[in-house]
Amino acid sequence: MNLVQTFSVALPEFILVAVALSLVLVAAFANSSESEASTLKLVRSLSLGGYGLAFLSLFMLPAGQVVLFNGLFAIDGFAIYMKGLALLGAFFASWLVSDGWGEGVDRAEFHLLVLMAVLGMLLMISAHDLIALYMGLELQSLPLYVIASMRTNSLRSSEAGLKYFLLGALSSGMLLYGASLVYGFAGSTAYADIATSLNDDVSVGLTVGMVFLLSGLAFKISAAPFHMWTPDVYEGAPTPVTALFAIVPKVAAMTLIMNVTYFAFSGISDQWSQILIALSVASMIVGATGAIMQQNIKRMLAYSSIAHMGYALAGLAAGSLEGAAGVVIYMTTYVFMGAGAFSIIMSLRRDDAPVERISDLSGLSSTHPLLAAGMMVVMFSMAGIPPLAGFFGKWYVFLAAVNAGLVPLAIIGVLTSVVGAFYYLRIIKLMYFEDADAPLDEGISRQNRLVLVASLAFIILFFLGIGQLSGVVGANIVAFF
Amino acid sequence: MNSSWPLLSVITFLPLSGVLFLMLVRGTEANVATNAKLVALWVSGFTFFLSLFLYVGFDPDFVGYQFEEQVDWISGAGISYHLGIDGISMPFILLSTFLVPLSILASWGSITHRVRDYMMAFLVLETMMVGMFASLDMLMFYLFFEGVLIPMFLIIGIWGGIDRVYAAFKFFLYTLLGSVLMLVCMLVMYQQSGTTDIPELAAFDFAPTLQFWLFLGFFASFAVKVPMWPVHTWLPDAHVQAPTAGSMILAGVLLKMGGYGFLRFSLPMFPDASDLFAPMIFALSVVAVIYTSLVALAQSDMKKLIAYSSVAHMGFVTIGIFSMNEQGIAGAMFQMISHGLVSAALFFCVGVVYDRLHTREISAYGGVVDAMPRYAAFFMFMMLASVGLPGTSGFVGEMLVLVGAWNRANWVAVLAAIGLILGACYMLWLYRRVVFGRAEKPEILELEALSSREFLIFVPLTVFVLWFGVYPSTLLDIMELAVSDLLGQIGPQQTALR
Repeated sequence: MNLVQTFSVALPEFILVAVALSLVLVAAFANSSESEASTLKLVRSLSLGGYGLAFLSLFMLPAGQVVLFNGLFAIDGFAIYMKGLALLGAFFASWLVSDGWGEGVDRAEFHLLVLMAVLGMLLMISAHDLIALYMGLELQSLPLYVIASMRTNSLRSSEAGLKYFLLGALSSGMLLYGASLVYGFAGSTAYADIATSLNDDVSVGLTVGMVFLLSGLAFKISAAPFHMWTPDVYEGAPTPVTALFAIVPKVAAMTLIMNVTYFAFSGISDQWSQILIALSVASMIVGATGAIMQQNIKRMLAYSSIAHMGYALAGLAAGSLEGAAGVVIYMTTYVFMGAGAFSIIMSLRRDDAPVERISDLSGLSSTHPLLAAGMMVVMFSMAGIPPLAGFFGKWYVFLAAVNAGLVPLAIIGVLTSVVGAFYYLRIIKLMYFEDADAPLDEGISRQNRLVLVASLAFIILFFLGIGQLSGVVGANIVAFF
Repeated sequence: MNSSWPLLSVITFLPLSGVLFLMLVRGTEANVATNAKLVALWVSGFTFFLSLFLYVGFDPDFVGYQFEEQVDWISGAGISYHLGIDGISMPFILLSTFLVPLSILASWGSITHRVRDYMMAFLVLETMMVGMFASLDMLMFYLFFEGVLIPMFLIIGIWGGIDRVYAAFKFFLYTLLGSVLMLVCMLVMYQQSGTTDIPELAAFDFAPTLQFWLFLGFFASFAVKVPMWPVHTWLPDAHVQAPTAGSMILAGVLLKMGGYGFLRFSLPMFPDASDLFAPMIFALSVVAVIYTSLVALAQSDMKKLIAYSSVAHMGFVTIGIFSMNEQGIAGAMFQMISHGLVSAALFFCVGVVYDRLHTREISAYGGVVDAMPRYAAFFMFMMLASVGLPGTSGFVGEMLVLVGAWNRANWVAVLAAIGLILGACYMLWLYRRVVFGRAEKPEILELEALSSREFLIFVPLTVFVLWFGVYPSTLLDIMELAVSDLLGQIGPQQTALR
């Protein structure tokens, strides 16, 4: 394959690389203080444009599976879909930051690091080899460690960054150890070779390696019992960073898990589906019960995201194509619900300082009707109340679980969703049933409003397009596996 | 019979378009409130007018579903946008569209803050209710069935009484818990049959052991909605805290969703399990009828008393449904419609005096007849209809249920009849304490007489209760074929047992 073809297949990645490199130049050479604002403006539009361009370039990619770089990198309809989702999430997150209310994180470095992280995610999604997997994962993680501690004058932000880094390094270690075991027993790092090696006798070493790999990946999607870092990092990191954490990396990490389980280790699906079931049940329970007592809204959303990952894993545990399709649909709704929720949280300020306590939301409906109504829709959707988008995600993953004979898993899932409904309702109660004690600042930035309206439209009108979406997703999944 | 334009869809979604309209209302707060009320009233009134065409166009001699609409929704998955009505669902749709404008009228003066949001919630609620009764697809049914929770949660929580938060949470979580178990069963049914189409599912034979579990899952949801003893405890709280119109809709329509669900899902789809569980349901219903009647006797709060009486009346409904014979099911249907009208009227009776004295304590009243004679007349009529006086709709339903129950199991009919006596006790006693007696308190004598708006709400309710009592065939003719068709689906072996 010649260079031009290579470029055309990995086009989105190359676009992001080009934008990132030019950002370095822009940020380095425009250092006089009076032009800082205009530099920032340029940086913002460059990075947003980069995401937009990369997103558009997805439509120019060839259909069907194409493998590049000696089998390290592959694209297909499924990967393109997930890349689109990740880019969309990254666009939302960066767009939310660029309203200038970014708690001091809206700097050139931030946009550059996020670009690099997103590049890592795209590579993760396309990884077809354990080495490529690890490279992508680290390219994603290292910038995220830095931006978690972006607010240098805040102790909590530094703590969050450090915690994230230490535990992230631990999980990378586990993942590497697992990968080395797999390499030792399978004799190759390529997914395809691992899959073939499973046709013979499956050695214990391979299974153990797979367990370590999955543990490392479970950390990245913050599935219980590897979730400990999530609440602290969500709470400690600046809110725009939390928004990014909540929306984007999980899409990529979930895709990795799907690739590893459905493709590389498809031969031992009984083994990994046991692990996924355990992860799923633990996450659903921890997520639902852990959120109840939280006072900080970011912490609550951290537990809520743990629960969401549990639901998504329930679809994956089914080990079927429709399970995979269910996870994809779930992640799609998850991106929009996360974007909607954070566009609201980032609009909440009192005396120009961000508010994070759940009780600060009380009486929101009388002072900020749009924000309150939006939050209500997002909360009902997260609780899985039809006809909102969140319900359909749950419908598909539980349907896959039931079809795979995992009815008890589905029952645990729906029961924890009732527990989860309690804390979502609590927020609605505060906003609508109680009066405001101290009013929040007026107004909502243009950026926040746009993201909010877009995600609300998606959540509310999702039922109209579910037929088309499930068709597209289903076709891509079948084409892949 | 089948009109060329999608009448059912229009009726279902017209209220939603009213919501969009309401969003556009601008102006000062008082202006917005008045306009919002008018818009909501006109939209719901027009919806009722349109739903009359369902009645006019309905062919009672046609077996199966009418006004059917089917559009591909999730292609290739056996899930479609499928609406249609038969003799079982049509009366409920009319009941819903009839009660919504009345309850909007009932909240005319009593809702003073966030009037626009309130009207929006009611119109969304109407769409959900009508859509639920019209759905012929299981997934759609679930969407609407659960969707009802959202507006009702807000109506109780925002415009309710002192303990509204507790009541709203209890209402929401109780119903959700039941519903999610039903959701799992729906997934299993979908997996088994590959379709969510209700008519196809009704024709599908589920294995008896599977039916056992599926029945229990659906039972968890519908029993909470009906509500049956012992999962009825959310109802008194929700009723007491909800605003008057919320109670009217809650008792008038929402409780019927459980009974409708039994008729639409449990009986035709799990006939073996229904047969198996009938004794359990009889036992629970009899306990409900007797126990909640006794509890009602002990209440000091008017709304709570009527709420408990609702549980008792719905006990008759479940007895009738699981008698699984023509009289029982027709009686249960009749009882549901009748209770929908009567309980809505009774809650409005409470609302009328509550608006004036701001208390629901029975002891705060007495001798209301002196100040409000017309009110006393309406209240008496509705009270007697609730007791089941011949000539009112309450009588027909209860009598048919008792006949049906007697044919199935004598003991049920005997015990349920005790509940009738108790029902007369608590209702008459309530009436005596509130309306009769000497008006000693000065504020009672100064009560304003019934306003023309309140009069306007009572009149249609009274007319229909009387009409159905005197000439029940209006309703029974519509239901007859659907009921016998339903019994045919349950299977000859079961019907032969009767």
